[in-house]
Amino acid sequence: MARLALVAVGVAVLAALPLVVSAYTVSLLISILAYVSLATAWAFFSGRTRYISLATAAFVGIGTYTVALLGDHLPLPLVLAIAPVVGFAVAFGVGLSTLRLSGVYFVIFTFGLAELIKQLVIWFEINQTKTLARYIFVNAGGTLIYELLLAIAAVVIGGVWWLSQARLGYALRVIGEDEMVARHAGIDTTRVKVLVFAATSAVMSLVGAVLSLRYTYVDPNIAFNSLVAFQVLIMALLGGVGRPWGPALGAVPLVLLFELLSGTFPHHFGIALGLCFVIIVYYLPGGLMGLVDRVRGRAP
Amino acid sequence: MTAEPLLAIRGLRKSFGGLQAVRGVDLDVADGAIVGLIGPNGSGKTTVLNLVTGEIAADGGSVRLAGQEMIGLPAFRVCRSRIARTFQLVRILPGMTTRENVMVGRLFGAEPTTPARARDEVGALLECVGLAARADQAGSQLTYIDQKRVELARALATRPRVLLLDEWLAGLNPSELQIGIALIRRLRDEGVTIVMIEHVMEAIRALCDHVVVMSAGALIASGAPDAVLSDPEVARVYLGEDDA
Repeated sequence: MARLALVAVGVAVLAALPLVVSAYTVSLLISILAYVSLATAWAFFSGRTRYISLATAAFVGIGTYTVALLGDHLPLPLVLAIAPVVGFAVAFGVGLSTLRLSGVYFVIFTFGLAELIKQLVIWFEINQTKTLARYIFVNAGGTLIYELLLAIAAVVIGGVWWLSQARLGYALRVIGEDEMVARHAGIDTTRVKVLVFAATSAVMSLVGAVLSLRYTYVDPNIAFNSLVAFQVLIMALLGGVGRPWGPALGAVPLVLLFELLSGTFPHHFGIALGLCFVIIVYYLPGGLMGLVDRVRGRAP
Repeated sequence: MTAEPLLAIRGLRKSFGGLQAVRGVDLDVADGAIVGLIGPNGSGKTTVLNLVTGEIAADGGSVRLAGQEMIGLPAFRVCRSRIARTFQLVRILPGMTTRENVMVGRLFGAEPTTPARARDEVGALLECVGLAARADQAGSQLTYIDQKRVELARALATRPRVLLLDEWLAGLNPSELQIGIALIRRLRDEGVTIVMIEHVMEAIRALCDHVVVMSAGALIASGAPDAVLSDPEVARVYLGEDDA
């Protein structure tokens, strides 16, 4: 109970931050919160089942384009409600057809998916609407975006924390450890995988939709930026995928680092990203949370 | 034989390409029995287990548990219908503790329950298979026999009526073998019906009421252990080249 109260106070403090900090800080916090939700959602499925998805950018982009296409015509809350539904539906279809694929085939398929959807959008825009870029006219200030993303992050982390201790959390871990055992222990592996993949993808689309409110201009290359998939993956790995808090813990320092790098070395960002990847995988196989465990384990 | 067998296998068939791995197997298992399934390597024993448990799809035939058809059901439904199994090559969940390994069966098996309740309830099972002291060790740190115990406890946690053991006693040293035999006997006494694939003849003689012999995908002999094991045809296919 005391911990719950502490968390509630923490969220309240975070919610009040835009009142006291600068607009630049709010914009930085927006990035942090968005990646916290993305990494947490990603790790809940991919970290536990070890079905590594590189389709994060596809679902973020679906959210972004939902706003770009519908933002002018429908009220904002409705648009934000539609985005995760579209993400869920696409992920559900993709999941049904691909989650029977084992390990590496799934990885490659999901990577291709982001590119496929991007090309489809480009084709559609060129042939049907004769444009390649769109303006987003929805008016939302930084504070609103921040508060929305804070709410999403709180719900996502809370939900993951709760589900991790539930039967679903165990089911995902068993699938990751040994899917054959999972089947013969009574787990409906296909259902668990498809539903969780779809649900976490829906979160990504919602985050993409909210994030798009900060843009005034969007094109398929911005919306479906495949780097996002790798950034989210690194954040989750840095934090440690096995704990509800892990990915969030990894997202904070890396968003700050990426912000710094893209500001100071805009042309070498990819190299820096790759270097981070190598260092984290090599030196921190269990992530920061794993490091905490190791240190605790050694302590008397 | 009692009127209605608990497990009734009829005309079970499976081919892999041109290889007929299982060609029309019939087998009745009475409620409360221990049936031994023996035969040389590659004779199709494990394939029968995989067909019964839904791991691979049968080409034909039927498997009924108390009248309910199992063929066509996915593996998780067979498990929930109360047929549990262990694996020839032991499969534990290395990143989970002994207790969690066993909890999995209780969480998703025939009478699924909540994690909190499962955690409490598997204590008795861990005690039963002799793992109480290792409850919080990671699966990856367990010795071979303890891993086998985990597999057995996990299968039992699903609350099976029929337990299929795939060479569960293989690789145990003589004293471990005695412990294993006593454990299986105790399970039968508690009402679990057991089908065991086994090469350890000492265990077959000690435990089985009935033995069936497979060779090249077909049943070639069936009966009481002593009668079957002294059948010259069985000795020929089973001991085959080694003793020729």
